Amino acid sequence: MATQEQAEFAGLTFEEAFERLEQAVSALDTGDLSLDEALAHFEEGMKLARYCGRLLDNAELRVQQLLADNTGLLTLAPFESEP
Amino acid sequence: MQLLQVSQLTRYLKEVLESDPLLQDVWVQGEVSNSTQSAAGHQYFTLKDETAQLRCVLFRRVSAARSNRASLFAPLSAPPPLVLRDGMAVLARGRLALYENRGTYELIVEEIEEAGVGLLHLRFEQLKQRLEAEGLFDEGRKRPLPRWPAVVGIVTSPQAAALRDMLRVLRTRCPLVQVILAPTLVQGEGAASQIAVAIDRLNAHGAAEVIIVARGGGSVEELWAFNEEEVARAIYRSRLPVITGVGHETDFTIADFVADYRASTPTAAAAAAVPDAAEWRRSVADAEERLAELIEGRLELLRGQLSGQRRDLIRSSPLARLVQARQQIDEATRTLSERLDHLLVMRRERLRGAVLHLNSLSPLLTIARGYAVVRREADGQTVTSVRQVEAGDELDIQLRDGHIRSVAWQLEEEQNGDAGAG
Repeated sequence: MATQEQAEFAGLTFEEAFERLEQAVSALDTGDLSLDEALAHFEEGMKLARYCGRLLDNAELRVQQLLADNTGLLTLAPFESEP
Repeated sequence: MQLLQVSQLTRYLKEVLESDPLLQDVWVQGEVSNSTQSAAGHQYFTLKDETAQLRCVLFRRVSAARSNRASLFAPLSAPPPLVLRDGMAVLARGRLALYENRGTYELIVEEIEEAGVGLLHLRFEQLKQRLEAEGLFDEGRKRPLPRWPAVVGIVTSPQAAALRDMLRVLRTRCPLVQVILAPTLVQGEGAASQIAVAIDRLNAHGAAEVIIVARGGGSVEELWAFNEEEVARAIYRSRLPVITGVGHETDFTIADFVADYRASTPTAAAAAAVPDAAEWRRSVADAEERLAELIEGRLELLRGQLSGQRRDLIRSSPLARLVQARQQIDEATRTLSERLDHLLVMRRERLRGAVLHLNSLSPLLTIARGYAVVRREADGQTVTSVRQVEAGDELDIQLRDGHIRSVAWQLEEEQNGDAGAG
């Protein structure tokens, strides 16, 4: 289940996922949906909620530093920050 | 030519002096001499340079206020009262006033700083005025901070305690965010341009959604880079909203004025940049609850509709008509079979009647009473008239208990009997 959601929403940021969650809520709220549509929104919403929860649970602050070479090209490099 | 009284001339001078905007708010640099303090606590001194002197007075309320004001200018926020000593190089800001009775003029000092710090202060004020006039501080251009940034850019020194503090806050508050550090010097030679470059780079790179420009507390000189025009301009042209967190609570820098949001310290800036994850969890839980409520309500509604429809359906069902039809058929069948039975009984009755009647008509009964049936032997024809018989015909005479075979030997027809038995 978890992996299925991860796959389904892979790459969604928390904000994007939450936005879709809110959309599902407001879609349900309008009420002029067929039952199938309503259930689809409900299911997607619940999955998104779980996905959001999991994002929060598994989150680990990632720190990188932005470096420029002498041509001005910008690259991200890992940055060691002691917790 | 006009002749003036001394007082008229002095009055005129006073008006000229005190209506001149430049002379009413002016910074003067010089060296303190002849400093004295009055019993009331006012300080009188002379500012001088190589060729000129200026009488000054620093009223007690000003020097007292100076010691506890929450200054816009960082480290001067709570300095000890400046003790003026002869020979001290200072910058004084104030207005010129003329005393008619003595015919002297004085600088009434509103602010005074030692020259080094004072010069910085002066530059600060000048730059602040200029940028403000240019619109860099306009409230209208301040952008809202993103509600939930996925990536936060930080412009600060990688070695600084301020960075560790900010990362700690971010980790606790919202570990979902990704941090991109644009490392820079935050004090000393070149710091200002490095800070500006770091802000530009975060904008050019584009992943960050908000930028924190921060530095921990320090002296006015240490924080000075954040008062440089270069930094102000970089913040101003930043496409991404900028949060400043420089120094302590009471430190205000030019960068703070330009920033979209000014936080009092680096940790406050980090906290302002991201929401509290607890709040996110709450939002998610709220949304989840709302979803469940809505679908439950929806289903409840449908259930209601369904049972209503079921009732309607049952009411208008063809099944009911079918049952009714079957009853009608049953009834009809019953009626039919009753009638049939009745008919049969009637027939049987009639049959019996007929049989009885038939019996009563049977010739056998007649025979039994002594009559006979005569048939022609030749063809079995019943003989009821003598004309059917010729002499010599063989006849069968049937009686109650048998037959007599006989021959007609003489025929006698009666004149008026045409159908009598022979």
